[in-house]
Amino acid sequence: MSHSGKDVDQHSGTETTGHEWDGIKELNTPLPRWWLGIFYACIAWAIGYWILMPSWPLLHTYTHGLLNHSQRDDVTDAVRALQTARAGKEHALSKANLEQIQNNPDLLQFAMAEGKAAFGDNCAPCHGSGAQGGHGYPNLNDDVWLWGGKLEDIQHTITVGVRSTDPNTRESQMPSFGRDGILKASQIDDLTEYVVHLSGRPADGKATTRAAKVFAQNCAMCHGPAGQGNRQMGAPNLTDKEWLYGPTRADIHDQIWNGHGGVMPTWGGRLSPETIKSLAVYVHSLGGGE
Amino acid sequence: MTVHTVVTRTPVEAAHGVETSDAEASNSASRRKFYKSRVPIYPKMMHGTFRRIKWIVMAVTLGIYYLAPWIRWDRGPSAPSQAILVDFAHERFYFFFLEIWPQEVYYITGLLIMSAVALFLVTSLFGRLWCGYACPQTVWTDLFIFVENLIEGDRSARIRLAAAPWSAGKVVKRVSKHTVWLVIAVATGGAWVFYFVDAPTLARELLTGTASIAVYAAIAGFTFTTYSLGGLMREQVCTFMCPWPRIQGAMTDREALSVTYRVDRGEPRGPHKKGSPWEGRGHCIDCRQCIAACPMGIDIRDGLQLECINCGLCIDACDDVMTKIDLPRGLIAYDNDANVTRRLRGEKPRFRFVRPRTVLYAVVLAVVGCVMVYSLATRRSLDLDVLRDRNPNFVSLSGGAVRNGYTLKLMNRFDRPRELYLDVTGIKAKAVNVIGVGDVHLPVKLAVEADKVRALRVLITVAPENLRSGNQHMLFSLSNAAQTEHRMVSAVFVSGRS
Repeated sequence: MSHSGKDVDQHSGTETTGHEWDGIKELNTPLPRWWLGIFYACIAWAIGYWILMPSWPLLHTYTHGLLNHSQRDDVTDAVRALQTARAGKEHALSKANLEQIQNNPDLLQFAMAEGKAAFGDNCAPCHGSGAQGGHGYPNLNDDVWLWGGKLEDIQHTITVGVRSTDPNTRESQMPSFGRDGILKASQIDDLTEYVVHLSGRPADGKATTRAAKVFAQNCAMCHGPAGQGNRQMGAPNLTDKEWLYGPTRADIHDQIWNGHGGVMPTWGGRLSPETIKSLAVYVHSLGGGE
Repeated sequence: MTVHTVVTRTPVEAAHGVETSDAEASNSASRRKFYKSRVPIYPKMMHGTFRRIKWIVMAVTLGIYYLAPWIRWDRGPSAPSQAILVDFAHERFYFFFLEIWPQEVYYITGLLIMSAVALFLVTSLFGRLWCGYACPQTVWTDLFIFVENLIEGDRSARIRLAAAPWSAGKVVKRVSKHTVWLVIAVATGGAWVFYFVDAPTLARELLTGTASIAVYAAIAGFTFTTYSLGGLMREQVCTFMCPWPRIQGAMTDREALSVTYRVDRGEPRGPHKKGSPWEGRGHCIDCRQCIAACPMGIDIRDGLQLECINCGLCIDACDDVMTKIDLPRGLIAYDNDANVTRRLRGEKPRFRFVRPRTVLYAVVLAVVGCVMVYSLATRRSLDLDVLRDRNPNFVSLSGGAVRNGYTLKLMNRFDRPRELYLDVTGIKAKAVNVIGVGDVHLPVKLAVEADKVRALRVLITVAPENLRSGNQHMLFSLSNAAQTEHRMVSAVFVSGRS
């Protein structure tokens, strides 16, 4: 103990706390004042935060704080503000028909932006983010349309869907000629050659001749006598180079055997008429619109 | 903890009629410690050549800063009529006859490179003239010290005031000083915002309190930085915050001019009694007036140091003293170490302005300047950007043809609407479709509004017989009606065939 009543460590010259364990003394090195200041300021801030903002969980609820702040309300307000801001354009969209939208650059730009966003949210999971489609999912960029590629056709398809639960749904059914035993396996082999021949590719001439009658009896009803398809019935054109379920012999054979048919949901009850209009305009603009 | 006390003492004469100052070189590297609070510097007001130059430079730079946004420049009805305007809202930068688009930001890069090299050149020739005269930190600090000097008095009065207990008089002086400082700071921030929005319109909005919150926030921010950097932090900005004092080490050499104390003439220093001979001793009478004058708080007699901003106020102080004691001026002068060494060796001093370093900087400056002038003179008034669709990469059509989509941006930098001609070469297209226009024949005439970008989606279809495997290279070209300007952009057509 030094004469001033404070114990100073001889080695470092620093005051000790007076605590001693087995001859080892603890030096008194207090926290820097700036550090303590910030620490106390943080405590004060925290207390203020507890009082003003939602903070403590209770049994069934939580403390709401004096400001009664809620991020969910913020989001609701922001959405409402956005709807208010867009109200004028949405109203114009609801009044205009599809041609009017396409001929009004201002409205078209708005519809395209809304259509693009709605497409990403609702359509991209099946049709792809670039509307490029996939095996069994139509490509919306090309010029092949099962149910028509005019603005009204596209709008109607989006509204009612294909093979959907909507009473007015677009409906077509390719029979499972092989699986259901409608045709013999050899006939399906011949038909496969016939369809390959229809699309202008070299095919087995004998098989094609044998299949002509089978095609006329079983397929021409929907696909037409020349296989050119029928949009009224949603029957694909078999003479072009685009294939929803693939172009190879194996793909064609599989489709005749199993008769795949995908489902597009009805969007009529889920999306607003304005959004569906925007989607139709957007899809039409991708390059294949008629 | 050391307690700073002001010792009042009787003035000591360095020579007849010259008082020794009690100024300390408190900011010298050897006397400065980490975590030590700043010792305030009270620069003494000087009168002389360099002080006069500093006043002139201050008036010119502040004049440019405050008045430049008010210069009008008629650009017709489609563009703002402010000579210098950074128009973020409309993505344009106007500088008198120039209008720079965001795509041409390389002009600003070029300007910055030229400024940097010019700074290197001036520094390698004459030392840190920028720091001493033209740097905003120096100009505003000088202005703030001028105000302080006006309200609180010169150096000794200010020191006395700082040491004096609080009184009504001290409060009045301090409050009025800080008020004037704040007014200057607000005016600084207030002038800054005029560079970004039409000045007369904004001035009206500011006076009626209808300007946007961003404007007030910008003014508040600049008020804060001007007040704290120019009024409170002063030389600490140069010593601790600015990288330039460090960079200058690489720019200067022993031949570059800098404010130099001529050791060869000044040493050995010491007080001088009137009538006693000057032989066998130096001309420095150790009056410390150079330290008293220094806004950076250093002693120039310690030699070249990074704290020195080369402002030359110590030269004025010393010249004044030398005149009083009938010695030639220039004990402290714009000179260099090489000359000091030469004089000590008995050689004649000389200035070598032509050195590999200065020649290199001058050549780089000239080259960059020529490139800038050439590119500005041959600048296109139209431009084209091409962005190929990547999702989907290509579209196969029912007849076997393949289609690629492109987003084109047609830029018209003219101040009036124009019809531009778009053409596609290098590929045999079956059809070219411009979304919103329809199928077109090439070259297609497309109207673009004055000073605007028109974005278009263009679909190019190639018939199956013209498809080649892999990527086909093609050119989009845009030209004006007179065919005097062309812009070609290469692009690829993806056939999807391997």
